[in-house]
Amino acid sequence: MKKLSLFALLVLVVRRDLVLAMRRRADVLTTLIFFVMVVSLFPLGVGPEMDMLRKMAPGVLWVAALLASMLSLGRLFSADYLDGTLEQMLLAPQSLSVLVLGKMVSHWMVSGLPLVLMTPVLGLQFDMSMQAIAVLILGLLLGTPILSMVGAIGAALTLGLRGGGVLLSLLVLPLCIPVLIFGTGAVEAVTSGLSVSSHLSLMGALLVLALAFTPWVTAQALRISME
Amino acid sequence: MLEVSNLACSRGDHRLFSDLSFALHPGQIMQIQGANGSGKTSLLRTLCGFIIPDDGKISWCGENVRELDEAYFAQMMYLGHLNAIKDELSALENLRISAGLSGTELNEKDAIAALRRMGLRGRERLPTKVLSQGQRRRVALARLLVSDAKLWILDEPLAALDVGAVALIQELIAEHLARLGMVIFTTHQPLHVAGMEMRCLSLS
Amino acid sequence: MAINWFKYSAPTTFYGLAGKLIPWFAISAAVLCIVGLYIGFVVAPADAQQGEFYRIIFIHVPSSILSMFLYLIMAAYAAMGLIFNTRLSSMMASAIAPTGALFAFISLWTGALWGKPMWGAWWVWDARLTSELILLFLYLGFISLHASIDDPRRADRAAALLAIVGSVNVPIIYFSVQWWNTLHQGSTIKFTGTSMHIAMQQAMFTMLVACWLYAITVTLMRVRSIILERERHTKWITELAEVKA
Repeated sequence: MKKLSLFALLVLVVRRDLVLAMRRRADVLTTLIFFVMVVSLFPLGVGPEMDMLRKMAPGVLWVAALLASMLSLGRLFSADYLDGTLEQMLLAPQSLSVLVLGKMVSHWMVSGLPLVLMTPVLGLQFDMSMQAIAVLILGLLLGTPILSMVGAIGAALTLGLRGGGVLLSLLVLPLCIPVLIFGTGAVEAVTSGLSVSSHLSLMGALLVLALAFTPWVTAQALRISME
Repeated sequence: MLEVSNLACSRGDHRLFSDLSFALHPGQIMQIQGANGSGKTSLLRTLCGFIIPDDGKISWCGENVRELDEAYFAQMMYLGHLNAIKDELSALENLRISAGLSGTELNEKDAIAALRRMGLRGRERLPTKVLSQGQRRRVALARLLVSDAKLWILDEPLAALDVGAVALIQELIAEHLARLGMVIFTTHQPLHVAGMEMRCLSLS
Repeated sequence: MAINWFKYSAPTTFYGLAGKLIPWFAISAAVLCIVGLYIGFVVAPADAQQGEFYRIIFIHVPSSILSMFLYLIMAAYAAMGLIFNTRLSSMMASAIAPTGALFAFISLWTGALWGKPMWGAWWVWDARLTSELILLFLYLGFISLHASIDDPRRADRAAALLAIVGSVNVPIIYFSVQWWNTLHQGSTIKFTGTSMHIAMQQAMFTMLVACWLYAITVTLMRVRSIILERERHTKWITELAEVKA
């Protein structure tokens, strides 16, 4: 029998999770609909003045993206936990971190990427300029993977707990504040004519840090939770 | 070989067992016996490394399994109460993916052959959610056929299986032992392996 | 039966030791607190710009300092418990958490009290206040995660991992909040101009030491009850005089 390389393993996990998500499309759609709904509620809450909406847009979209990703994080490991697949993953003779990374990647593709793709439409609702929308999308592209990765730690720690969903948000949201700040900061910088490179490169640095550490930390958290 | 010395394990405040020692050599099979709640599953999960024992050591070929870590996982196969199969995937997909997760690439031909031997002919491509409990268990047990693990750790492998399947499992175990494999398992149903001395470990 | 003495001795001896130390820490904390408040409220002169209002710093500043240090100490204990599997360290971590959260809360509360007369608002989105608020969230996360896991060992280990991740994140959060604050030209609480009077320094320092001693006292008290609770089935607990009585 042929041994799988680590990269092949990563691809296998990503493909498996994507196939599962495609066969359970409702879950993917609910996250997206939640995102759209939360964003669309804001003008109803604060009034339709375009000046204010334009100013608020990056913050509103980012906070909604944060909440939407919290919503989907609960499912990241719980299905595998309940049917015993997670046990088998923990016994994988290759690196558990790679398996975890695969799950993070597919989680982002299923719950982060659709939000990014939806953003231009919502940006228009808030009368954002094309330039601002572009920066917002760039920020979300860099930032939403971080949310999936940091969130995975919380999802692993709260595995199988009563009221895990609320607890998960309590644990993860404070850790995501830097992402929120840099993401919205970039849009504000571009609308006031400043350079966005510092915001986005800091966000990129956070992404690299998260890529380097969160899979391993999540793997440890899973081992703790499965004991 | 698997060696366990002075193992102690507790869940919460309750001490399940302590001072447990045994060795399992190639070609040997051992049954863990005990009433419900006596710690059979906990013992098996400790052997898998899920549970860190309070005390004692588990070694594989003379080395502590905590240090071997992934090298040990490559040599063992665990089948727990849960089948670890996905309702949305077909039996074939399930088997190939779980082989992939345990690090081996399984081609379609071998996977189908394994499923057919488990008596799932004609059901390879059905989503597992339409299969019965016993058939799902068979899908899970098909992993034994496609793995080259030396040590099988089986928790209630016969649950939900019919007479024919029980005979099949006994046959698989006999083949595995003949290849100098090792089996450690729990069961509430009688399991006989022809020509093998069955060792028993009782937890009280 | 072989007993691993190393594992069991630590909480056993520590329980007695902590019991002996608590009165000393408690008394000195109380004395220093009274002295510090006396110097701060009576001896120290009124500030040239802020009048009497500034006196809240004698509580605000020590509790801010404590809340930050206690988080790091808590994370360090938790990490020790996770890595070396020493039970006492994990118990210490969970004993420190409520005190740290309390100081973070006091710091926010006194900050608000000070902000009202100074800025005309109970809450300003000042970088330090915001960071303090996030720190309080981190404490609450640690406490709630620990509380929602029934098995104490899993609770210790999971909360420890969270504390470590949190402490790695604290500098990043602090930096990003600072940055956010300067970008938005928010108001920053500063004690500008006047150099501190010598009595102010004395009061501040005395209060800081008093807060440390208080934190140690309550942590030791809490860790003793955690030991009692966790070890309630062991022989040495049932033989304790206070348990028998």
